Amino acid sequence: MPAGAFLAYVDPWVNWTWLRGHIPLFVDALQQHLTLTAIAVAGGLALSIPLGIAAHRWRALRNPLLGFFGVVYTIPSLALFALLVPYTGLGVVTAEIGLIGYTVLILMRNLLVGLESVPPDVLDAADGMGYRPLARLLYVELPLALPAMFAGIRIATVTTIGLVTITALIGLGGLGQLINRGLIENFHTPLVVATGLSIALALVADLTLVGIQRVAVPWSRDTAG
Amino acid sequence: MTHLANVVQWFADPAHWRGSDGIPNRLVEHIQISAEAVAIGALIALPIGIALGHYGRFGNLAINISNVGRALPSFGLLVIAFQVFGLGNLPVLVALVALAIPPMVTNSYVGLREVDPDVKEAARGMGYRELAQLVRVELPLAVPLVMAGIRTSAVQVVATATLAALIAGGGFGRYVIDGFAQQDYTKLFAGAVLVAALAMATELSLSGVEWLLVPRGIRLLQARAANRAATFKTA
Repeated sequence: MPAGAFLAYVDPWVNWTWLRGHIPLFVDALQQHLTLTAIAVAGGLALSIPLGIAAHRWRALRNPLLGFFGVVYTIPSLALFALLVPYTGLGVVTAEIGLIGYTVLILMRNLLVGLESVPPDVLDAADGMGYRPLARLLYVELPLALPAMFAGIRIATVTTIGLVTITALIGLGGLGQLINRGLIENFHTPLVVATGLSIALALVADLTLVGIQRVAVPWSRDTAG
Repeated sequence: MTHLANVVQWFADPAHWRGSDGIPNRLVEHIQISAEAVAIGALIALPIGIALGHYGRFGNLAINISNVGRALPSFGLLVIAFQVFGLGNLPVLVALVALAIPPMVTNSYVGLREVDPDVKEAARGMGYRELAQLVRVELPLAVPLVMAGIRTSAVQVVATATLAALIAGGGFGRYVIDGFAQQDYTKLFAGAVLVAALAMATELSLSGVEWLLVPRGIRLLQARAANRAATFKTA
């Protein structure tokens, strides 16, 4: 008997009977996955919007801020979690510090690209119409920067969904937990299904954001990530 | 502070600098598998990205490759490769190559795509054949983004190679994974410092190579290329 057939008999890539009996496991994992991702993107937005506006307003801040978060972004997530664990322990705080740190670079960079691409004529026109700096920012510059911002949100979301799986090593992981279980128990079904779900979740989230952008920011041209 | 003192002591211990679990050997393992993955990935990805960008067709394909590339969970990919290929370097290499490809396809596509059509027309007018035009006009102008793609891939691969220790691979990830498993926070922290330093060194040294390769005439454009490059982070 060929080894492949033997393996396939012992442990198929997806054991549908087992899967049918363990759907809640996947629902829970998906829920945790989405929660961790949502906190990371929301937290990243909360940090990157003020920082991005500050970097746009005061040019001297631009390179230090981009440089700092660029360095954070370069650190592999597993290493960043490991560096934090002695201080913040295993769990959500450690995971989110890392994940938010990564989304900030993506979001801030895209906000800056958006703000910098506002045509000078538009700014002149706004000034001529008597806009004060704050009003100009809120009603002219930020709306025009929104499409680039949205592209950033899409990239940050898809990236974070992939990275969340790695937090399985610090006790979280969402779908990553099931990947880890597949590894530890040498059991294909949770591994394959969780990996597939993670990819599907990222693509669905991306499409959902495209839909939201179409409705909320109808003035954006196609800005593909 | 005692924690950091322990880490310093860990680095000072000569036992950690020799043998198969010593830092030099782990460094070689880490760099070797990463370099192989980036080289194989480049052989596959660059011709695809350059061809797509040169002909300007199938732009959606290039964008979809980048989306799927970002969506791939490196952890799941590694473990699946491990289940398919078993122990050894092969599963790690396969997973790393798969992760190395998207950033290089996307960035080289964009780099070639963004070459000014007037410049291409001028090259045609000067009598360049298609291949000569690609090699001597378009590629030099696209170098900043092509190199940015290679750099992004390399940093990603170095980061993901850390996870290889989960499936019994070598490299600096060994210290991190073993540190977690043994709840040895000193080893964990030391390993994380090594991994972070290697990722940073990869980024910096490839930025240096990029700077050397970029034709002098277009160096001013380079800062912009660094900001335009598509970011990827899968590990």
